[in-house]
Amino acid sequence: MTTTIRMRPRRSARTSAVLAASALALTACSVIGGGDDAGTSTGGASSTTSDQAGGKVVLVTHDSFAVDKKLMADFEQESGLTVQTRAPGDAGTLVNQLVLTKDSPLGDAVFGIDNSFASRALEADVLQPYASPEASDRADELAVDDSDRLTAVDYGDVCINVDRTWFAERDIPEPQTLEDLTDPAYEDLLVVTNPATSSPGLSFLLATVGAFGEDGWRDYWAALRDNGVKVSDGWSDAYFVDFSGSQGKGPRPIVLSYASSPPAEASPKADQAPTRALLDTCFRQVEYAGVIAGAENPEGAQRLIDFMLSTRFQESIPEKMYMYPVNEKADLPAAWARFGPLSDDPFEVSADEIDANRREWIEQWTDTVVG
Amino acid sequence: MDRHGRRLGIALAAALPAAFLAIFFAWPVGSILARGLLVDGAVDLSGVTETLGSSRTRRVVGQTLAQSVAGTTLAVLLGLPGAYLLYRCNFPGRGAVRALVTVPFVLPTVVVGVAFRSLLVDGGPLAFLDADGTFGAVVAALVFFNYAVVVRTVGAMWAHLDPRSEQAARALGASPARAFWEVTLPALAPAIASAASLVFLFCATAFGTVLVLGGPAYGTVETEIWVQTTQFLDLRTAAVLSTVQLVVVTASLALSGWSRRRRETALRVQPDTETARPVRRADLPAVLVTAAVVVGLLTPLTSLLVGSLRTPTGFGLGNFANLSTTGSGDSAGGGLGSGLEVSVWQAALNSLRIAVDATWIAMLVGVLICLLVSRRPRRPAARRALGVFDAAFMLPLGVSAVTVGFGFLITLDRPPLDLRSSVVLVPIAQAVVAVPLVVRTLLPVLRSIDERLREAAAVLGAGPVRVFATVDLPVLGRSLGLAVGFAFAVSLGEFGATSFLARPDRPTLPVVIFRLIGRPGADNLGMALAASVVLATMTTIVIGLAERLRVQSAAAEL
Repeated sequence: MTTTIRMRPRRSARTSAVLAASALALTACSVIGGGDDAGTSTGGASSTTSDQAGGKVVLVTHDSFAVDKKLMADFEQESGLTVQTRAPGDAGTLVNQLVLTKDSPLGDAVFGIDNSFASRALEADVLQPYASPEASDRADELAVDDSDRLTAVDYGDVCINVDRTWFAERDIPEPQTLEDLTDPAYEDLLVVTNPATSSPGLSFLLATVGAFGEDGWRDYWAALRDNGVKVSDGWSDAYFVDFSGSQGKGPRPIVLSYASSPPAEASPKADQAPTRALLDTCFRQVEYAGVIAGAENPEGAQRLIDFMLSTRFQESIPEKMYMYPVNEKADLPAAWARFGPLSDDPFEVSADEIDANRREWIEQWTDTVVG
Repeated sequence: MDRHGRRLGIALAAALPAAFLAIFFAWPVGSILARGLLVDGAVDLSGVTETLGSSRTRRVVGQTLAQSVAGTTLAVLLGLPGAYLLYRCNFPGRGAVRALVTVPFVLPTVVVGVAFRSLLVDGGPLAFLDADGTFGAVVAALVFFNYAVVVRTVGAMWAHLDPRSEQAARALGASPARAFWEVTLPALAPAIASAASLVFLFCATAFGTVLVLGGPAYGTVETEIWVQTTQFLDLRTAAVLSTVQLVVVTASLALSGWSRRRRETALRVQPDTETARPVRRADLPAVLVTAAVVVGLLTPLTSLLVGSLRTPTGFGLGNFANLSTTGSGDSAGGGLGSGLEVSVWQAALNSLRIAVDATWIAMLVGVLICLLVSRRPRRPAARRALGVFDAAFMLPLGVSAVTVGFGFLITLDRPPLDLRSSVVLVPIAQAVVAVPLVVRTLLPVLRSIDERLREAAAVLGAGPVRVFATVDLPVLGRSLGLAVGFAFAVSLGEFGATSFLARPDRPTLPVVIFRLIGRPGADNLGMALAASVVLATMTTIVIGLAERLRVQSAAAEL
């Protein structure tokens, strides 16, 4: 681009030339539609005619999904499958989209349906049964029901985290339990997230339902409110702005986060992480995979689920998705093994109960805490 | 050129944008609304009364209106002096300031939310304002995002106004204030109305900003639709709320269209190079207001920049160096990755490529709409039809991204239009959002051209293309560049629709930033902030280039 700003050539041909050139430059740069994508962007109809052994398999997942590229390439080479991923939103969005597109499925396999949305997916019948030979005992323990439609792939705990340095400097004991958080000693120190818009927020609401029962949880939240709980919109906001133990160095030393957060705050050589998850305040999140009903390539989807349960994929889960592998043979990263233990006894609410009460609980929560 | 040929040309010019809007907006949105409102083929209105009757809905609608009106008013009041200074006056560094004020417009809301709140939170540098989680913070953020819309839309018009009208008023004894009030302001009114309607739509559909800055107590219609759709799958309530949103938006468009039409007249317009002048003493108030606003815009941006340079081992460029990694294997820290599939640079490249496509699509559609809508047919019915046509293209700004996204899924899912997995859908969805900005930038300028000029050219034997090239294009030149820059910026920053459609192996920069900031650890926050700085820099450069492209083509005509 030449830039003779105040120059004034006379002929209008010049204008047309400049405009035409810029138009050409624009279209020439528009590589997005062409190149390596020409084959995949045609979508649906042509996919099954691929003469590769396994064909194409479409994995529908949520926006936190990530996989090591090399691992996936190895899998594609061994299986002869071409894996295409689509991630149209968060876990809730994912299930709702599966429900809405039941007559014209979005893909073959799904990963990332969590226990709070599992019942909706099962009830809407958007999955077909598949019992993977790779499924571990723990995967069976974490199953929602015995229909084999959802296979547990990873899990993790949503827990209250504390900034140990903050408490040590002030010589105040760290809180341990949910009840402690209503203690005036911890007034104005806790920040949580909104269950209507944030998935850990919903998990923590469920933890309190599990802990205090359907009749008691609202009273607990009223006590939290009176003790100055702050509700931020999303996890990033609470953790990086309000929490004192993150890079953001905010004002509050108690935050809602994950059991896997402390390892991320620890320097590799430290003996102790500067933050700690309170393991008596946790709710367990489980993420499932399944074969989508009406899939064009159900065999490919099954191979993909086997792969996601394999030791090599499972070992990449902590680094890529911040969850714990269900496969007992998978090694955890060193920092996780040291600083990120899971709760022995997390609070539980059944998938059915969650699905039946989600709206009511969130509305009641809003009335209680926000007013 | 005979009448039939002309008619055919007009029909073709109308058909392309109409088809574009119908396929990529009306059909998907209509289908998702129909799912919510139709039960066994009949309209079921029981949900309507139920939803509208609830105190929650009333509160949310009231909240939305209050925030949007406050945000729009403030953005317009602050934006007018900015438009004057940045498009009517000449001073060193003007181009840089113009690009700078556009940066907030493209930044991901979650990052801006963190940057804003870090300033306002207890212990932050602006904690004394006590504004965290208040109405004021929400409005400030809305102005932060939308200031550029006013400055650019009004500036595009102001740059063309013939200064002689105002000079004449001054020569006849009018005070500067009176000359501005009675000569300049009425001439700018259509552009101001355009800008205000755009900002209102952006404010009314703001999502992340409102939630992050305001907290759960500041829910709006937009956030409510998101919750109902993605969390509860309650399409009926969502459809009712979307309809409410459409009604509000249509009413605001009608209002702005009415105020525009009252004012829109042929003006003496000039290529801008004639009108810019050095800053004078009398401009001091405008300079002060604009300087204050620029400082206000810079504060969160600076906090972003500082954050991007902060690493666990002190200040440095470590976060920027990390941008070429995808975390995991290549990250040094205790084996903790950022969970990305591609590096931030790759995502930046994706964003640029997608933006190029989105921009040319938006320009093609937008210019056609403008050429059509800027006509002044004699029959009132035809004029009204044009008004409706014009307003229809504004609607995408007023409908929530989640509605459009879900609509895409249930409509564009079968051959010949199975586009759900296609990469072409991302630029198209962004173009749908960019078209209204292109139109609102170009239209006031095109409409101000005296029709008699075109008639004279035609009488002298010029065909329609020649008329366009010799009459419209020279005046449009500047605004074309502005519109290109604007469309590009929209595409670079678009998150709502993109996050529904972008494929994980081809994420855009805002999508990657969103992911990074969703993970614990100093590295991830640092990378997210560094990536935002990259996005801001890219925007500044692209807009700077687009403005040069414009000046040259405009100047070349004379």
